[in-house]
Formats: sequence, C-alpha cells, structure tokens
Amino acid sequence: MRILALPILVPLSTAAVLMLAPKRAALQRWISLAGSTVLLVSALLVFLRVNATGIQVLQISAWPAPFGITLVADLLAAMLVVAVGVVGTAVAGVAFSGVDPRREAFGYHPLLHILLMGVAGAFLTGDLFNLYVWFEVMLVASFVLMALNRTRAQMEAAFKYVTINLIASSIFLTALGLLYGATGTLNMADLARVWPTISAPGIDIVLAVLFLIAFSIKAGLFPLFFWLPASYHTPPPAIAAAFAGLLTKVGVYALIRVFTLLFHSAPPALFTLLLAMSAATMVIGLVAALNERDFRRVLSFNLVGHIGYTTASLSLLTPAALAGAIFYVLHHIVVITNLYLVSGVLLRLRRTTDVAGLGGIYRHQPLFSALAMIPVFSLAGVPPLSGFLGKLAILEGTFAAGAYWLGGLVLVVGLLTLLSMGRTWADSFWTAAETQDLAAPSNPYLFAIAGLTMLTLAMTVGAEPLFDLTSRGAQQLLHRDEYVSAVLGGTR
Amino acid sequence: MEGLLALAAGVLYAAGIYLMLRRRLAQLIIGLGLLSNGTNLLIFSAGGLTRARPPVVPDGASALVAPYADPVPQALVLTAIVIGFGLTAFSLVLAHRVHATVGSDDVDDVGREG
Repeated sequence: MRILALPILVPLSTAAVLMLAPKRAALQRWISLAGSTVLLVSALLVFLRVNATGIQVLQISAWPAPFGITLVADLLAAMLVVAVGVVGTAVAGVAFSGVDPRREAFGYHPLLHILLMGVAGAFLTGDLFNLYVWFEVMLVASFVLMALNRTRAQMEAAFKYVTINLIASSIFLTALGLLYGATGTLNMADLARVWPTISAPGIDIVLAVLFLIAFSIKAGLFPLFFWLPASYHTPPPAIAAAFAGLLTKVGVYALIRVFTLLFHSAPPALFTLLLAMSAATMVIGLVAALNERDFRRVLSFNLVGHIGYTTASLSLLTPAALAGAIFYVLHHIVVITNLYLVSGVLLRLRRTTDVAGLGGIYRHQPLFSALAMIPVFSLAGVPPLSGFLGKLAILEGTFAAGAYWLGGLVLVVGLLTLLSMGRTWADSFWTAAETQDLAAPSNPYLFAIAGLTMLTLAMTVGAEPLFDLTSRGAQQLLHRDEYVSAVLGGTR
Repeated sequence: MEGLLALAAGVLYAAGIYLMLRRRLAQLIIGLGLLSNGTNLLIFSAGGLTRARPPVVPDGASALVAPYADPVPQALVLTAIVIGFGLTAFSLVLAHRVHATVGSDDVDDVGREG
C-alpha cells in the first residue's frame, strides 16, 4: 500500500521545495498552503482505504516485517493523520495574515512542514525505534519554531521546553535499549507477539514505567506537565495552535499504542498508577485553569487537564472507554487548535490575551464572536457540542467499567471546565470594556477559525458515525491479532 | 564485560543527572550529553557483547553461526549518536542565545521576570 508513505513524503517534499524556492513571503505561503492541502488529501485517502479494507501495511524497501521499517495505519493512526492534515492546513492558512518577518526569513514554513512530517511519521510507524526518530524530528522542528526569536519570555520558555523534552527522549531511548535487550526486536507487531513469552522477572513493570514517564512528559501528565503551561503561551498563536493540537497528542498516542500492544497484561498496579496520574492531571489542570486570568494560559491548563480524560480512559482498557478516549482526542485536536487561533485574533485586536485587556469583543466583532463561541463552549462541554458528546462517551466508558469514582471525577472536572471556559468567555467577550479594538480581525484567521468551527459542528452532527468509527478503532487496538497478522503475516 | 559497561553507563547517568540539577546552563548541557552517552552505552551492552565474532556468514556456510555480534544495537546507537550530536549542538546555540538575552548563565535568572 504505497499511499501510506504519502503523509510523510508530502510534507518532506513541501519542506524541500520551500527551502529551495525564492524567499518571497507570498510565494512561500502559497507553497506551504498547497503542501498542507495535499497532505490533508493524502491523509484522507489513507483513511478511506483503512476504513474500507482494514489495517494497511507498507514494508519500506520490501524488507519483510521484523527486519525493515514498517509503516502501519490502523483506524486510530489514520484518523490522527487526517487530524494532522486539518491542523496543518489551518496553521498554514493563517500564515497569510502575516508571520513575524524574522521567523519567516529563518525557515518558519519549512519547519512547520518538518513538524507535520514528524507527527505523521510518529502516528504511522510500526517500529518503536522509528517512533523515537520521528519524535526527534518533530521535537527539533518545534524547538527551532519556538526559539526563533530573542524575547526574554520566549527564550525562557524555549529553554524549559528543550531541556525537559531532551530528558524525556533519553528516558525513551533507555527504555528502547532495555526492551531490545529483553526481546531482540523493536517492531511493534513482533513485540506484541514475542512479549508474552518473555519471562525475565520484573522487566515488564520496569519498561512500562520508563515508557510511562517518557510519554507522560510528552503528553503533559501530572506530575510531569509543568513545562507545558510555562511554554505554550509564548510562541506566536499559529505555532502554539499547531503545538497544542498535535504534540501532546503524539504522547497520548504513544501511550495508547504501548499500553494496548505490550503492557495490556502488566500488573494492575501499573494501570492504577496511570489512572492516579490522569486523575491528578484532570483536577490540577482545571483548578489551575480557574486560577488564570490570561486567555492563552487558561487554554494551556485546559489542554493539560483534558489530556487526563483520555489517559484515564486508556487505563481502563475497555472498548467503550477507549472509544470515548479516541473520540475525545479527535474533538480536542480540532477545538484546541481553533481556540489558540482565536487567541491569535484576540492578540491582534487588543495586543494582549489577558482578560483584563479584553472584554466587549462580542459587541464590536459579532461575526468573530459567533465563530469563537462554538469552540469555547465545545471545550467547556455544553450540550449538544462535540465536547459534551466526548465526555458523555468517556463517562459511559467509566461507568461500564465500574469505575464510578472516576466517572464522578469526570463530572466534577467537567463542571470545573465549564466554569473556567464560561468565565473566560464572559470576561473576554461579554463584559463591557472601555478598550477599543486596535485592528480588525484578519481574514485568514477568520477563514481558518470558521473552517475548524464547521468541523466541530460536523463532529457534533455526525457524532454517531464518528463514534462508530472510534469504536471500531478501539476494537482494533484491543484485538492485537489483527494488527500482528497484518504486519507479520502475508508480507510482500 | 557487560558488567563493566553497565557500571560505566550507570556512572554516566548519575553524573549527567547530577550536572543537570546544577544551576549553570553549561553544566546542564554537559549533563544532557553525558545522559545521552550513558544511554548509548546501555543500548550497546543491552544487545549482548561478543568478541571478534562479526555478523558475517562464513565461507561455505549458509547462515550465521551463533554467537555473533548483533548488528542492530550498533545501528541504533549510531542513529542515537547522530541525533544526540544534533540536539547537543542545538542546545549549545540555545544556551548562547539565552546568555546573550538574559545576560547570565544561571538557570534561576532565566526564570526571573526581566
């Protein structure tokens, strides 16, 4: 299945063309937008194929499975790659409203596509070492995007971000070394096959905890999330939107992958640990969000808190909870990207995202406010929007698994989210304010926000087919044999 | 031999983490470097060590005869070294930028509102 390589090759070629093309801003922006649109189309092609005919596999250079690098797309990976295309197109689109000239001159556009390639590669790879390489591709691109400026706040944020991520990478690599030593393979499907026969005492818990720490840093789980709110509010909104939409989700995806393929029969204490970390993430993230008075910082803490929903559902390992988690991840990618773009418009209107400098937006910018209202209330979980449906699915999953206290916690945290987003909305959009808008919202941002808002509405209206998809994705994750035989059996 | 390498990797990890807990940027970066080298040693020795048995099929035989040196960890370490080199270079430049912006190489000063 050759088209499986397209979501990696398209951003790679786009980045190469962008680096060679003349450095005229307009030309670069058009190439970037065209490249990400092609990425979205190729991701949709992959998704349609996976949806129609099951798990797709590509053995690079025709090396049979455990020996070469394998690309695998199951439903979860295919849906996430489509999300990469959506976020990429939105972020490439808003570049038309202007990028900081310094960033644009030093490779903003190519780096964005390298970032997209890294994320798509991480979702598609079927090899754990290859996953590490994609992580690094994605991280280096994000490092440079974040540090391409010299303001003090951005330097500070970039420094924290780089250090913690390098530590996470070292831990991940250590785990890979030990895993290879124990099993002699790093191909995920082969690992899933060999793993039950490994009887070295305690190796599963050691490795599981190493992976848990490494991926929790990336995903932003308590107590390892402090780098995220300390860094995500400083880069330009478009970059923050791409980071918030995609980077933490790669950590969540990696957790889902290793826990469903390898550690599904690990000691229950491991799942209790993941559950406790997730529960603490939810509560602390949202309590901290309530304490913030800056639109972007509120978003950062909401982002952290909601990651907890998905990993808490993962720790239950039931089909219903996992389906809810996948639904929530997809909803969250669209909504949080959209909200960071909304913060970009706020920044343009008032030069600040502190709610003290906002207010009265609803009166001055009714169209923009109407568009922004949907993602704000979707994140808050107001029925009937997609955030509510995602939480409902997770709630059903927790109750079905008998984790009543977790269900209760999901409800309480949902209330805190409603409080935090509702208050932020009221303070920044509704309250009367003397401050005037300094500029009009730029059209590229409005188009991107409108597009993502439409997508949220589509996910709301089409929740049933989407939930059907995520249920099938969860079934695929839990029925490992299908994945293993797709990769190892019938190899060409 | 594995024991010796494991010990060396452990010392590198310990020294790396100790340096990362120091306050100066330069020490932090050296710590990161030691940590990644400790990881490389660990991967190398996790694959098992064999002396003077290259993974080459001998004349007249049709398959490798055990024991032979596993080439996969070596390939992994090579990749990890390249990535680690790039990341160290990047963090050095970043530290230089931080120093130029903040005017100090004390981690505490970086976090202070300027």
